[in-house]
Amino acid sequence: MTLERHTYDVLVIGAGGAGLRAAVEARESGLRVAIICKSLFGKAHTVMAEGGAAASMGNVNDNDNWMVHFRDTMRGGKFLNHFRMAELHAKEAPDRIWELETWGALFDRTKAGKISQRNFGGHEYPRLAHVGDRTGLELIRTMQQKIVQLQQKDGRETGDMESGIKVFAELTITDILKENGKISGAYGYWRESGAEVLFEAPAVVIATGGVGKTFKITSNSWEGTGDGHALALKAGANLVDMEFLQFHPTGMVWPPSVRGILVTESVRGEGGVLTNNLGERFMFKYIPDVFKDKYADNEAEADRWYEDQDNNRRPPELLPRDEVARAINTEVKAGRGTEHGGVFLDVSKRLSAEIIKKRLPSMWHQFYELAGVDITKEPMEVGPTCHYVMGGVEVEPDTAAAVGVPGLFAAGEVAGGMHGSNRLGGNSLTDLLVFGRRAGIGAVDFVKKNGANPVSQAAITAAAAKIQAPFDREGGENSYSLHAELQEITHNLVGIIRTGAELQDAIAKIAEIRKRSANVSVSGGRKFNPGFHLAFDLDNMLLVAESTAKSAINREESRGGHTRDDFPGMNNKWRQINNISSFDGNQVNIREQVLPTIPKELFDLFDIHELEKYMTPEEIAKGGSN
Amino acid sequence: MTRNIKLRIWRGDSTDGGLKDVVVEANEGEVVLDVIHRVQATQMGDLAVRWNCKAGKCGSCSMEINGKPRLACMTQVASFGEETITVTPLRAFPIIKDLVTDVSFNYKKAMEIPAYEHPENLAPGEARMEQVDVERSQEFRKCIECFLCQDVCHVVRDHEENKKSFAGPRFFIRIAELDMHPLDMLKNRKKTAQEEHGLGMCNITKCCTEVCPEHIKITDNAIIPMKERVADIKYDPVRWLGTKIRKREGL
Repeated sequence: MTLERHTYDVLVIGAGGAGLRAAVEARESGLRVAIICKSLFGKAHTVMAEGGAAASMGNVNDNDNWMVHFRDTMRGGKFLNHFRMAELHAKEAPDRIWELETWGALFDRTKAGKISQRNFGGHEYPRLAHVGDRTGLELIRTMQQKIVQLQQKDGRETGDMESGIKVFAELTITDILKENGKISGAYGYWRESGAEVLFEAPAVVIATGGVGKTFKITSNSWEGTGDGHALALKAGANLVDMEFLQFHPTGMVWPPSVRGILVTESVRGEGGVLTNNLGERFMFKYIPDVFKDKYADNEAEADRWYEDQDNNRRPPELLPRDEVARAINTEVKAGRGTEHGGVFLDVSKRLSAEIIKKRLPSMWHQFYELAGVDITKEPMEVGPTCHYVMGGVEVEPDTAAAVGVPGLFAAGEVAGGMHGSNRLGGNSLTDLLVFGRRAGIGAVDFVKKNGANPVSQAAITAAAAKIQAPFDREGGENSYSLHAELQEITHNLVGIIRTGAELQDAIAKIAEIRKRSANVSVSGGRKFNPGFHLAFDLDNMLLVAESTAKSAINREESRGGHTRDDFPGMNNKWRQINNISSFDGNQVNIREQVLPTIPKELFDLFDIHELEKYMTPEEIAKGGSN
Repeated sequence: MTRNIKLRIWRGDSTDGGLKDVVVEANEGEVVLDVIHRVQATQMGDLAVRWNCKAGKCGSCSMEINGKPRLACMTQVASFGEETITVTPLRAFPIIKDLVTDVSFNYKKAMEIPAYEHPENLAPGEARMEQVDVERSQEFRKCIECFLCQDVCHVVRDHEENKKSFAGPRFFIRIAELDMHPLDMLKNRKKTAQEEHGLGMCNITKCCTEVCPEHIKITDNAIIPMKERVADIKYDPVRWLGTKIRKREGL
């Protein structure tokens, strides 16, 4: 059988927000673009984003601007963010939102007819552009339809709508290919037929999203298997700070089949209150020192804030996600949880049924249909769920180019650095847009400078052999059971609260599963065979889990989405360190790398006393670089 | 509470296939997709099924459950009591394997609907719209593209020959959404819905509205208003004359 081959200028792996935005940019620059999606077009995990997209447009509170947004983002990430990414994101987010409107997006409006903005954890002002609680769907659909618009334009000019940009749906990439040290393309298979496909392209943008499926309780769909993280590692790129995972504080906990499904932070943004089984509004006990001056320490003030935000401090339910997740975890462990191991989240006391159904329609729907709970009348039961990975591919902030691999780019959740140790809600959707676009530009510039880089036969042969291997083995391991074992290990040993001894145990156990996974065999044929698909996803998840566990054992402090029971508290020395993962063909290795120094003009945006909480006296004395 | 339930799953491909009986464990609160996954992990490793979010937000796990088009992730096992649950692939689309069908018809139709046209002189950030005006289109933008409405619609469900000239309910709401969009500049959307996308073939049985998991009022809020406007102008002689004489854009 002859191999199916395609040649493009830019190959985008992943059809969520970042991938589609990169593809639009590359096509609008005149290049030919292929978009690969692992599922059907328009189903990517971006549709799950509920709350909104953070951009300091200042439509609701005109005190807002990019500098306030930048400060909030750095605080949320506990100053481990790459300052340049946080800066670019804060500066460009409003333009990216307004641009969507010119493509047909319909955001909710303010009374003055502008894009409405809502409050969210860690954001000083109402900042999230939104469409009810289905903002991610609006983003995906708008860009999906923008791509159709570009295809219709190409159709009018060439007679073939798919001549300039084509979507390859239900296709999995198993290898990123290089020749002469530079990207040459990618290899994979159609999920439907199992047939193999070669893409030749001198630039590849990875936009594959997250890694949630390495964990047992997660808000992520089956697609979140860390494919891009693993592909990048194997191609010679680095991952930065993979220990930082965001456990979203509010996932559903009951019934068991929905455990982990996300309950949007908007519920708290709109006035939802967290209580334990004693009826106590416990978040007041968990306000860390670094946030004491920004959050109300009593119920009266917290309640007043919903009406008057200029003269009151914010309710502690709106602390950054890592703080709220840890607080819930502590309450449940202390025996103050609900019957099913969560806490209560109640919005019914503050808002009328009509307003709840209007502002949180999909939450109402989700609880009513899946849990038999009417959230306009009774509280929800919620608990932490693995939601987002802050760590990811190490990139150049301005171009989204992967460090060390010419021609490789990464944007969105798969890229690291932007969110530091903890991401603020709402910053993900604008991250996708800002860095998706930048990755598109980066790829275009690269292709224009470098031109084509053909794939060798040797690379094709090696990639093809890998895909066939599980079919040729008989009586080997079952990929479903190995996946379940991995999820148990990560859940128990690499979860919200970690210790050195448990991480050591996890590293050994993950290595053991990895050894066994080399012997996975597949029953049935190549045609739409989920067991076969999982064999490849599993390989990616194992590599990601190894990187996370090894980074986690190296970081001897607690910060953001990484909590060490044996090293509680932040250590300002660790604020200057990124853990860099690389892959030597056998295992993941970690080295420490010093963060770039924040430039003076950004340093000066902060009150020096705030910086003292995060930085060493030597860093403060230096006052940023010039 | 765990119990064993009876499940009949259609297995096969475009050449051949049939229903297979299995007994599988079901726990309290589980949905049909959960038990299908359990069958996949323990009894049929190569059972093909599409799914993504498992929360009713992505519209991937569309199938027919006891003959009715539904999302498997939003259908409670308990709702069937002791009854055997029969799961089959969407009938209106060609079978690929087991519960997975070829839905590319829908993506082709999506490419035929003329895209949104932004006003040329309206710069980014300058748009001002009232909430009430955006809400009409927002109802249709809730669509998760599960294609259950396309599957249930009689115009194509048993009439392959109609597919060429009929876009289907999902794309009638797409046209309605653009038609009601406060900023869209493209004219004649209703007219092309009638003349090029087969709006006239719909005989308003409302089956699409009934199966919509997002509860979009497809028939009442999109199809009927467009049909009425088309009929008004087409059959009202004065308005018909008006469109001819003054070149007024009526549709």
